[in-house]
Amino acid sequence: MSTPTDSAPTRRPLSPRKRAQRIRAVQYTVLVLLVAAAVFFADWPQIQDVFFRPDLVEKTITSGLGHALFNTIVYTLGAFVFGIVVGTVLAIMRLSQIGPYRWIATVYIEFFRGLPALIVFLVFTLLPLAFPGMRIPWDPYGTVWLALGIVGSAYLAETIRGGIQAVPKGQVEAARSLGMTSGQAMRKVVLPQAFRTMLPPLTNELILLVKDSSLVYIIGLSKEHYELTKFGRELANQNVNVTPLVVAGIAYLIITLPLSMLVRRLEANAGKAR
Amino acid sequence: MPDALVQIRDLHKSFGDNHVLRGIDFEVEQGEVVCVIGPSGSGKSTLLRCVNLLEEPTSGTVLVAGEDLTDPDCDIDAARRHIGMVFQSFNLFPHHTALTNCMLAQQTVLKRGKKEARAVAQENLDRVGLTDKHDAYPAKLSGGQQQRVAIARALSMAPNLMLFDEPTSALDPELVGEVLTVMRKLAEEGMTMLVVTHEMAFAREVADRVVFMDGGVIVEQGAPADVIGSPKEPRTKEFLRRVLDPTHVTPS
Repeated sequence: MSTPTDSAPTRRPLSPRKRAQRIRAVQYTVLVLLVAAAVFFADWPQIQDVFFRPDLVEKTITSGLGHALFNTIVYTLGAFVFGIVVGTVLAIMRLSQIGPYRWIATVYIEFFRGLPALIVFLVFTLLPLAFPGMRIPWDPYGTVWLALGIVGSAYLAETIRGGIQAVPKGQVEAARSLGMTSGQAMRKVVLPQAFRTMLPPLTNELILLVKDSSLVYIIGLSKEHYELTKFGRELANQNVNVTPLVVAGIAYLIITLPLSMLVRRLEANAGKAR
Repeated sequence: MPDALVQIRDLHKSFGDNHVLRGIDFEVEQGEVVCVIGPSGSGKSTLLRCVNLLEEPTSGTVLVAGEDLTDPDCDIDAARRHIGMVFQSFNLFPHHTALTNCMLAQQTVLKRGKKEARAVAQENLDRVGLTDKHDAYPAKLSGGQQQRVAIARALSMAPNLMLFDEPTSALDPELVGEVLTVMRKLAEEGMTMLVVTHEMAFAREVADRVVFMDGGVIVEQGAPADVIGSPKEPRTKEFLRRVLDPTHVTPS
């Protein structure tokens, strides 16, 4: 090596491939160090004791987790059905020829979309006190379906309106040219197609409702009406330990993760079908 | 002499400031095949859409089978049952098969039973040459096949008038023939047809009468040999020259 640069300590630039290799090596090193630090320095027995105490896991599961899970599903599905029905009506109102219908729907949607669901729940807990004669049927299920459904319907209405508007105008014209009334065209031609394109976003709304159903905990409930959050929280308070809440959280994931996977699959299918 | 099946009197249609139809007087006799030709934007599709009131006329009257469709008390849904329409973009119902596309309106509008509707649908799909495609969804059919399903769907309502709005304009050139063949067969069977088209050969051979429109008025009409063969009006001549010999058009 008798080149003139021999003595000077100039570095040759690395080839792009070598550079990429080095950057990767650094990234992996950082990752390994972080994991190692977590393994060495964390107090694992303590962590396990707080979050995953085996006897409490067992106690949570055996003392009514299934029933709480069932209640969460009942609260959510009832609200979802209510939300779909009211949301469809609102969506059709927003697309109405008649101005006042459009305005009413718009005000409803913007109002309840802009409000924290918690406030709606709080209002519903106070309503029977404010109107002494008032009783909501199927209490507490009816109350929850109403409160959660009112908030959900505002979101669902916008999704449904989007789905209806995504159906090409020619579909309605074809239906009307065959003699269908506008109602028949909506029911037989537009809505079936709209619901197909709306299925992924509707499933997303369902996931949101599953999570929002946790707000039920602020309503005074008797034990057999507890849903997952309230149930986990009571047990966690009794035992001064987080484990029951962790178990309840996992129970939520048992509902929501399959739904997320369903959404992904529906979206892939929708891409193929069009 | 019985009244004409379609009678249009002093028809005007505006979209905002855009005065698309400027006084159309026009009739279609029972069993007649009328082709409407003209440059794009001349109002020919709007005229066709006014015949079944998909477009509401601004003024004037549209009579079909003696009934005034522009009368506010007219039951337009009932009137449309007897007026078939075929669209440029097919507009088949994508969530139905070829067969159920043809059954849906029979069941919901004519209240026919499932069995009868199915038999009528099958008969009409066979009529347009789709014997082996009854259970196919529109997405699985070619453009020409889709348009033939659309024709069968309209025929399933037993219309006494068929409207065609540029039925072959959205098709690949090699698929135009199969649709025109079906339409020619319909014409020979005596169907009353009003066809907006750019297919001059079809208009010349199949039409009883050709109507040339430009600027929202009927410029010239008559037998195809006259209007297409030896047009009198300069606007008709200019249009036909551009359509029939597009490689020698001098940009104006």
